Amino acid sequence: MNALVPPLLNGTAQGALLLLAALGLSLTFGQMGVINMAHGEFLMIGAFTAYLVQQVIDSSDLSIPVALPVAFVVAGLLGLLLEVSIIRWMYRRPLDTLLVTIGVSLILQQAALQTFPAQGVPVKQPGWLDGQLTILGYSWPLRQSFTIVLAAACVAILSAWLKYTSFGRRIRATVQNRDLAETAGISTRTVDRLTFFVGSGLAGVAGVAASLIGGTNSQMGAQYIIPAFLVVAAGGIGQLKGTVIAAWAVGVALSCFAYWTTGSLAQVLALILVIVFLQVRPQGLFTVRTRSLA
Amino acid sequence: MTDASLVVTDLRVEFSGFVAVGGVSFDAHLGEVRFLIGPNGAGKTTCIDAITGLSRATGSARLGGRELLGRPVHKIVRFGVGRTFQTASVFDELSVLQNLDIAAGRHRPAASLLRTRRGVDASIEQALEETGLAGELATPAGILSHGQKQWLEIAMLLVQDARVLLLDEPVAGMSQDERTATGGLLQRVAAKRIVLVVEHDMDFMRRFATRVTVLHQGKVLSDGTVAEVQADPKVQEVYLGTAGAATTAAMSVVPEAAGTPQRKED
Amino acid sequence: MTKLKPRLSLIGIGVFAVLLLVVAPLVLTDHWLSNLGKYCCWAIAAVGIGLAWGRGGMLVMGQGVFFALGAYSMAMHLTLETAGAGVPGFMVLYDPLAPLPAFWEPFRSAAFTLLAIVLLPVIVAGLLGYALFKRRVKGAYFAILSQALAVALATLISSTIRETGGDTGLSDFKYFFGFVLEDPANRVMVYLIAAALLVVCLLVVWQLYRSRFGELLVATRDAEERVRFLGYDPATVKLVAFVLAALMASIGGAMFVPIVGIITPAEIGAAASILMIAGVAFGGRASLFGPALGAMAVGWGQSSLGSAWPEGWTYIVGLLFIVVILFLPKGLSSLLPRFTAARRSPGEQPAAGTAAPELEAVQS
Repeated sequence: MNALVPPLLNGTAQGALLLLAALGLSLTFGQMGVINMAHGEFLMIGAFTAYLVQQVIDSSDLSIPVALPVAFVVAGLLGLLLEVSIIRWMYRRPLDTLLVTIGVSLILQQAALQTFPAQGVPVKQPGWLDGQLTILGYSWPLRQSFTIVLAAACVAILSAWLKYTSFGRRIRATVQNRDLAETAGISTRTVDRLTFFVGSGLAGVAGVAASLIGGTNSQMGAQYIIPAFLVVAAGGIGQLKGTVIAAWAVGVALSCFAYWTTGSLAQVLALILVIVFLQVRPQGLFTVRTRSLA
Repeated sequence: MTDASLVVTDLRVEFSGFVAVGGVSFDAHLGEVRFLIGPNGAGKTTCIDAITGLSRATGSARLGGRELLGRPVHKIVRFGVGRTFQTASVFDELSVLQNLDIAAGRHRPAASLLRTRRGVDASIEQALEETGLAGELATPAGILSHGQKQWLEIAMLLVQDARVLLLDEPVAGMSQDERTATGGLLQRVAAKRIVLVVEHDMDFMRRFATRVTVLHQGKVLSDGTVAEVQADPKVQEVYLGTAGAATTAAMSVVPEAAGTPQRKED
Repeated sequence: MTKLKPRLSLIGIGVFAVLLLVVAPLVLTDHWLSNLGKYCCWAIAAVGIGLAWGRGGMLVMGQGVFFALGAYSMAMHLTLETAGAGVPGFMVLYDPLAPLPAFWEPFRSAAFTLLAIVLLPVIVAGLLGYALFKRRVKGAYFAILSQALAVALATLISSTIRETGGDTGLSDFKYFFGFVLEDPANRVMVYLIAAALLVVCLLVVWQLYRSRFGELLVATRDAEERVRFLGYDPATVKLVAFVLAALMASIGGAMFVPIVGIITPAEIGAAASILMIAGVAFGGRASLFGPALGAMAVGWGQSSLGSAWPEGWTYIVGLLFIVVILFLPKGLSSLLPRFTAARRSPGEQPAAGTAAPELEAVQS
């Protein structure tokens, strides 16, 4: 039990954070085939937003709930700016979007490095997250469960939005058949922009959560982007439930491996696990089947 | 006759519960231009996908007694099954010659890949002649006209020395003259190879088909010569119900040239 | 005309070889010659990236892994050569009594080291490529997985201070297969080996690009499924290019060690791997000289601007990615043909209108 319960609990929290980072990526990659390597930096911007909000609102009890929507909007607007200025010229070259956004991510990292102290900034934890939960006889920091609640809320809101609103339906229609959606009178340009806004905004929310767990510095985005993308790949494109399960699995795997071996070996092992998994299911956990040649 | 024929028996293809092809049997032989027709969604292309290993299927598809189903795509090709796609797919950045050279490559030893090409293979010259592309040797395939791309694809199958040519709507988007040219080409090719054509174009079918299989909702509706199929009441019913009276009318008018296309037998 | 072009490329390689092997040692100072040697090492890896990515369409974002295999093989051998019969100095620092880790032992042998530099990348890339390509993992998935591998390896090396030197890396090599590295003449020799290897790599891809394999590789890049329907297994075609690229990265890494005198995880991690891609994109991914020249240019920027003005250099690399990929996806090398094409375009305008005469031929 000792070797199982703590890594399982920590892994679930880690998976929730990964899920938050991967949600937006899965949306933008799933819909547009755009691989936004600057997604990690949008997460970083969300974390710095949490810090800046805390400079204005002194009480950390209040500042974090305020920071969540603010970070969403700030990161979302930046994503929108990226889509409008660069990405939209590149929809025919999906692999190249990856390289262009690497450039964007380098610039954002450097800008953050020069704006904020190199060692990072502290984000104070709200008082209501102090303390421990006791689960199965193991004490567990409350802030970890906060990540899980936040991730669950984001998934619930996102899937409800996709399912029940007309904009959500348009997004799903565009994912499944872009040309048909267009002929059905859906402005795919508007859908693209909105998707990018929401996807990037979710990175901002993830950033606020990340700022409470790890350090807030210019390198933090780079830590999340690769695992987040692996989660999207393992989950299957355009499938929320796949992303959720994959995030949880990768989180638990990372945390178990880290518990049994070392943190760095855990990364290697988790990567091997993903490669082996892609051997079994190259399209990820869940797939939308089509007859197209691809 | 059957030892060199393509024999498909009880072919079934399902896409997560949806039966796209439900027990289709047909065969195709040397010396005939075999047509597979049917309304949209009848499962024509899916049949070809299954035979070439693109879609998983049950049943049997044998070429010269050898089972094709269940093997990877490139292995099936090596047995002599070649196909084209609805949208012409040639290598746009390579020249016509390079396209054909790659198609011819599977008969060469692997080490020859490392050498530079010197001269033009006899089989390639023959295919160029056959398809009328001889003048376009150095043209990048990407700037060929639509019809020429289709012919290049057929030429690639010829140099590939495919024993079976599965052609998915080869005349879609072609002009009337190009259709006539393609039809003649197919009849000449059919003398030495099995030719199976999936087509929408009834006029083209009437002029060049030797035998026709009509598919409807994943099943064989009718099978026989053009005249037999056209006379089949079941076929008329289906086409009245789906494609409308115009097609039926077009089908029932026996054209002057159709019925027995002039074929070069050897 | 088609016959002339490969000949021209060969002349280009010749000129390049003379510049690197004869002119550079005569005119450059020791310091700059050593720098040029470093750029050559990156260029060797870049030639491989050009093959895998430019011609093969596989965005190899983790070539640092294979660079590391060569570099660390070489560095372990040189460290042991310097340490003589004993245990390398840095290991003694952490635990004076512990023996040499088992995987170091065979690297005492020069022959084993050379074999490892060649075989390790071939084996690793072979297994990885086979696993991924057979299951048709491609595009962004392949790119991210390869990058993840580089991150993982760099993290692993960083965290194993006693076995690999950790973040401080391996350095202070005194000998290179018996030659004293402090001797300027020997340093020139090491440079010449690296430069000559670069020329050899260029010759290899020159032959590959004009061979049938080169055409098949481009065909696989542009229409993988179509190639499958011609009876080839695209996985095999891609595997060959990927393994060759890995081998070149390993050779580049191996020569990097005696020239620069140090190898650390920072030289092989995500950032370093991305910088290699930057050079190739800048020079022209699919061209013969583009990757090598681009990598040398970026290498020069990295070692001069990167140390003098680090903030600015990061912005430049970032902008380089954006501008080149957005406006010049085929890199600088695409400017040259565009320029020459502009001069002779009136003569050759192959239009789609030529379809008509061909028709008669088919009809008859």
